[in-house]
Amino acid sequence: MNKDIEKIVKQVCESNGQNKTKMMNIVTSLQERLGGLSGDVMDLIAKQTKVHRVEVESIVSFYSFLSKTPKGKIVIRLCNDIVDKMQGGEAVRKAFCDELGVKIGGTTPDGNMTLEETPCIGMCDQAPAALVNDVVFTYLSTDKAREIVRELKKHGDPKKIPHRLGDGNNAHDLVRSMVHNGIRKKGPVIFSDYEAESGLKKALAMSPVEVIREVKIARLRGRGGAGFPTGMKWEFTRGAEGTQKFVICNADEGEPGTFKDRVILTEKYDLLFEGMTIGGYAIGSDTGILYLRGEYLYLKAFLEEMLEDRRKKGLLGKDILHKKGFHFDIHIQIGAGAYICGEETSLISSCEGLRGDPKTRPPFPAQKGYLGCPTTVNNVETFCCVARIMDRGATWFAEIGSKGSPSTKLLSVSGDCSGPGVYEFPFGIKVRDLLKEVGAEDVQAVLIGGPSGQIIGPSDFERTICYDDLPTGGSIVIFNQERNILEVVKEYMDFFVEESCGYCTPCRVGNVLLRNGIENIIEGKGEPKDLDYLKELGESVKVTSRCGLGQTSPNPVLTTLKNFRGVYEKLVKKDEKGFQPTFDAKRAVGDAEKVAGRASVHY
Amino acid sequence: MEKPKVATASLAGCFGCHMSVLDIDERILKLVELIRFDKSPINDIKEFTGRCLVGLIEGGCCNDENVHVLRNFREHCDILISLGDCAVNGGVPAMRNGIPLRECLEEAYLNGPTVYNPKKIIPNDKEIPLCLDKVYPCHHVVKIDYFLPGCPPSADTIWETLVALLNNKPLDLPYELIKYD
Repeated sequence: MNKDIEKIVKQVCESNGQNKTKMMNIVTSLQERLGGLSGDVMDLIAKQTKVHRVEVESIVSFYSFLSKTPKGKIVIRLCNDIVDKMQGGEAVRKAFCDELGVKIGGTTPDGNMTLEETPCIGMCDQAPAALVNDVVFTYLSTDKAREIVRELKKHGDPKKIPHRLGDGNNAHDLVRSMVHNGIRKKGPVIFSDYEAESGLKKALAMSPVEVIREVKIARLRGRGGAGFPTGMKWEFTRGAEGTQKFVICNADEGEPGTFKDRVILTEKYDLLFEGMTIGGYAIGSDTGILYLRGEYLYLKAFLEEMLEDRRKKGLLGKDILHKKGFHFDIHIQIGAGAYICGEETSLISSCEGLRGDPKTRPPFPAQKGYLGCPTTVNNVETFCCVARIMDRGATWFAEIGSKGSPSTKLLSVSGDCSGPGVYEFPFGIKVRDLLKEVGAEDVQAVLIGGPSGQIIGPSDFERTICYDDLPTGGSIVIFNQERNILEVVKEYMDFFVEESCGYCTPCRVGNVLLRNGIENIIEGKGEPKDLDYLKELGESVKVTSRCGLGQTSPNPVLTTLKNFRGVYEKLVKKDEKGFQPTFDAKRAVGDAEKVAGRASVHY
Repeated sequence: MEKPKVATASLAGCFGCHMSVLDIDERILKLVELIRFDKSPINDIKEFTGRCLVGLIEGGCCNDENVHVLRNFREHCDILISLGDCAVNGGVPAMRNGIPLRECLEEAYLNGPTVYNPKKIIPNDKEIPLCLDKVYPCHHVVKIDYFLPGCPPSADTIWETLVALLNNKPLDLPYELIKYD
């Protein structure tokens, strides 16, 4: 093997202490420097970190940002989320393909540029969007796509492509991104004026147990969507056996249509870091990990600088704010493009330098999490809420919002509306009021909580967004009357098929069967009994899957079967002869007709 | 009353399931008291004489003629049974399903290590049915009412099934007859 490559691999492994739990950092940085991780490179990594080659390979083959075959120096990742497609993403895709002269997945003959598609990159409010290496391009058009390619051909540096800068910290020297925050409505909890560190100061004046009690009194529930009570999670983690404990922030917002954490990370990072520090104090941990999705790599340098800034101010490190014996620091773990890593046990696997496979529960992370130690994994927004609870008190926090769902929720709104962006609303808002606020007219369907949530129709618009009625991690996607609701379902099933980790059969196979079933109905090959079959199949996948992905992935099918029954019923018809409408004899015999050079006498 | 009619066909199978039908031995005498065989290789009747109660299908569909026959059975039979693993799952013939058809034919007739074919001809008489892109289990082509697994299903299984069907009784096969390991 090339001596230079050998040197680079060695250097990267050594800079990570030849530590196998740093595998994600090793492989991502080598992918970036070498353009791909060949068999030789994997062998070398395995030798350096003292693991088997297959362990390295299992990681390389798992994450979509990593590859065995070399990719171009520049990788263009075009977001193929349905919202992007609704805003003209198809034309943009064609323009990229045409200008580069390659298909999706292809690399230009000179080996310089690779074109790929990727699920939601967290830019639905400014779609169509693409990542060029780690540089985000938003509001793409065919002209802009062509211009990007031409510029890249000229100088090969995505950072040099001229673009205007976004608002707020998007224009910061370490970000310099064209991304817009798109904060449309500020509420009292997250997007309000706030005296920095006042929450942390008040927390440190209390005992850790009192901090947890305050979070419990505030009835804070996880903002990722599942809504587990945060105080209880912290209490379990604090009470679990073990001297070393960890605080992990889940900033892997991969649910299509969600982008509120992007805005928090850009503008309210201080509130987040403060909340994580309070979490560390409460559970008795000295280490926090921010798991940042690979798509948000453009924020990494900025966030690291902000962490450094906090260290200088004595807000991270030893004896924080002169509190004797309270040490806490945060480091960033970058992901590499895997939706499943938003599931907390998969996220922990990924942090440990493994494939992002979910782990079997119990034991729960609160007992045995990161490296077998008690770990609390909380959403970005949850940590922000904690800082505000400490500052303003549990009563203040609990009085906002609805009865079972205190406080506010950030909603990432996109799709067919005049005001896509991030909204902070108190829990309990009616869907109808929300739609009015975001300027959505002629609405056919609303996706609440992303594809793993529910697709509802107008008859449900009087319902409210809260944990007890329509829970959501923040993703709201609106579809007007012109959209084909079954195409929407199919797109989301495609997404789950792609993102299933493949570990358990119900999820790996079931999602494909569901997707194919929907496709058949769209093509007019469906029969009335197929609707019952899809329902039964979807429910089986939910019940028998190992982790949250398969336990929710049938939801686009199941909720539309319930809420848009009429759409399905119009498309299905019974075959009177007893033939299978899905079997196309003409197509099945096509290959043989070509080989034999004669037509079938039957079909 | 006219005896109910039973028809059988072997599609992409090995006739093993039909052998198993014959393995009911002397019970075949009882069977012909209960039923009359219609279109079937057993009596060599080529065309349906009318509507049948039961159709037994051995083998999956590997060519256009199989599809034609199977659809013909579906149109003529009240109850259609997939008999044996090839009908149920595609079976051994379906081993080619991962290989494109042209590659398959070329390996079989041109490139295989034991092939002697100096004229390099892939058989293409117009009497030869055209292969499908892959081998389909029967229920992918038409609706199938019952599935009898086994390679082949034993004579007892077939016998018990037919007797239960003809007497309109529920089928209760003992464990030994449906155990395949």
